Amino acid sequence: MWKGEITLGSFKLPVKLYSAVQDKSIHFRLLDARTGQPVRQHMVEPDTGKVVESDDVHKALQVSKTKMVVIEPDELEKTEPKDSRDIDVDRFVDIDKITHQWFERPYWLGPDGEDATKKYFALVEAMRQEEKEGFARWVMRKKEYAGALRVEGDYLMMITLRPRAEVIPASALTPPGGRAPDKREVEMAHKLVEAMQGHFDPSEFKDTYRERVLELVEAKAKGKVIRFPKHRTKPTADKSLENVLKRSLESAKRKHA
Amino acid sequence: MPDLDDTVDFEQLARGRPIWTGTVSFGLVSVPVNIMPANRPSPIAFHMVDADGEQLKRRYFGETGGRRTQKKARGGTQNSDRSAHHASGRALTRDDIVRGYEWKKGKFVVLDDDELERIAPESTRDIDLRVFVDVAEIDPLYFVRAYYLTPVGSPKAYKLLATVMEERARAGVATFVMRAKEYVAAILAENGILRLETLRFANEIRSARDIGLPAPVRTRPADVKKMASLIKRHTKASVDKRLFEDRSAEKIEELARRKAKQGDDVVAVPVAEDDDEQPTADVIDLMSRLQQSLSGGRGRKRARARA
Repeated sequence: MWKGEITLGSFKLPVKLYSAVQDKSIHFRLLDARTGQPVRQHMVEPDTGKVVESDDVHKALQVSKTKMVVIEPDELEKTEPKDSRDIDVDRFVDIDKITHQWFERPYWLGPDGEDATKKYFALVEAMRQEEKEGFARWVMRKKEYAGALRVEGDYLMMITLRPRAEVIPASALTPPGGRAPDKREVEMAHKLVEAMQGHFDPSEFKDTYRERVLELVEAKAKGKVIRFPKHRTKPTADKSLENVLKRSLESAKRKHA
Repeated sequence: MPDLDDTVDFEQLARGRPIWTGTVSFGLVSVPVNIMPANRPSPIAFHMVDADGEQLKRRYFGETGGRRTQKKARGGTQNSDRSAHHASGRALTRDDIVRGYEWKKGKFVVLDDDELERIAPESTRDIDLRVFVDVAEIDPLYFVRAYYLTPVGSPKAYKLLATVMEERARAGVATFVMRAKEYVAAILAENGILRLETLRFANEIRSARDIGLPAPVRTRPADVKKMASLIKRHTKASVDKRLFEDRSAEKIEELARRKAKQGDDVVAVPVAEDDDEQPTADVIDLMSRLQQSLSGGRGRKRARARA
């Protein structure tokens, strides 16, 4: 949990930031096949293979094809942003101005203190009415963040945004060439998508594979014989897209009838 | 110690190669695709060098044999515990390294790729779109990471799927297994290009209640009105792209350029050799790789000559 203050002109709102995600994925380790124990990672001299102690390892940044520049820890420290508690809201924009590709990590914001509570929920209500989201920047644990300030349910949420240099927008790319899809095929595909239309319910999607991995681990740890399920190979696809669409549509209609 | 997924992902990201080849299907229609990262790695990718500026390599080492040997080393001839494993000598190659899971403290079960592949449920071996939803229905808090899908072979079915999804702002949702991890993902279309966005599973999200946020209090209309006018005063039509800049990264790049100009601490980049463990010796532009892949390999020659 991190404490900050939403700042917008003279408006200030003290808040607490809580991660909205928890890691549920299985973490594997790299093991030495001979001993079955975890491996260790070291930096070595390329020619001799000699291990270099971490105190003697320096960081360098490539500046051209042939040149790198060594950057020392004290120089790096000087580039760190100044410590601050301010979550600077730069502007509000219409909801959905920020596309999905930018979103990185969500945080819940909670009011920090009695005085903040009323202001907090008034801001939630106003943002909901105006259908706006905020765009903010702040420094947290020596790192600068950009984030989208949004209303989620009855509360404020901040979703961190990826740096611009890291995102390649679809608009910067040219789509695959070739002929545009056949009109009849588009019509049938629309019907197929309609027939398969539903609502997004996250609870419908479960990580069943995780359980299977843990079962496999358990079985192997106990030295049990493991039986693997046999997989069918998929029937080969029909060459004619139109025929495939027709058959898909029929079966989708049967399923949803 | 990064886990295997992280290590592999980073290398793939840096190289701009497809991280997976699979089939997206809707109904009985199959769309064979390459999955390519849609995000560039951070421009600040440090190389590790020694005091003389020689670029170092990352290598994996085993412990010195079993537990007993380790104990002996600790109490005996070695100077310190730290140097004990250095004495174990040879760096491990990929063949010496296996993947394991710590099922009890200090106890590992080895899992090979074949086993992990075989336990994947049949329904998750491909990306089978079983349901289509309005894109706007998927809350932004679910989005994790974006990948572009590029067509393999004829782009006919690819273009058809992209067209119908984009025309009606629909997304297909599916779960699939990739590299020993199950993902729930949304596939959406923008500018005629299919994009896969991995999503968080519902149990990966902490709710406001889980965190213990206070119950909402009744708001006074006058307070809400005041807030609304504050919002209005600060509303703009669009987001300024400059607000997305990574200023710390810029400062570091600037520092590096300045030092390079002054000839300060400048060292040579070693001649690239084909080495799987060194991800970024050559800076590859992911965008040109993506474009190449979208155009079905046309223009490959040109891109290669540039690289």
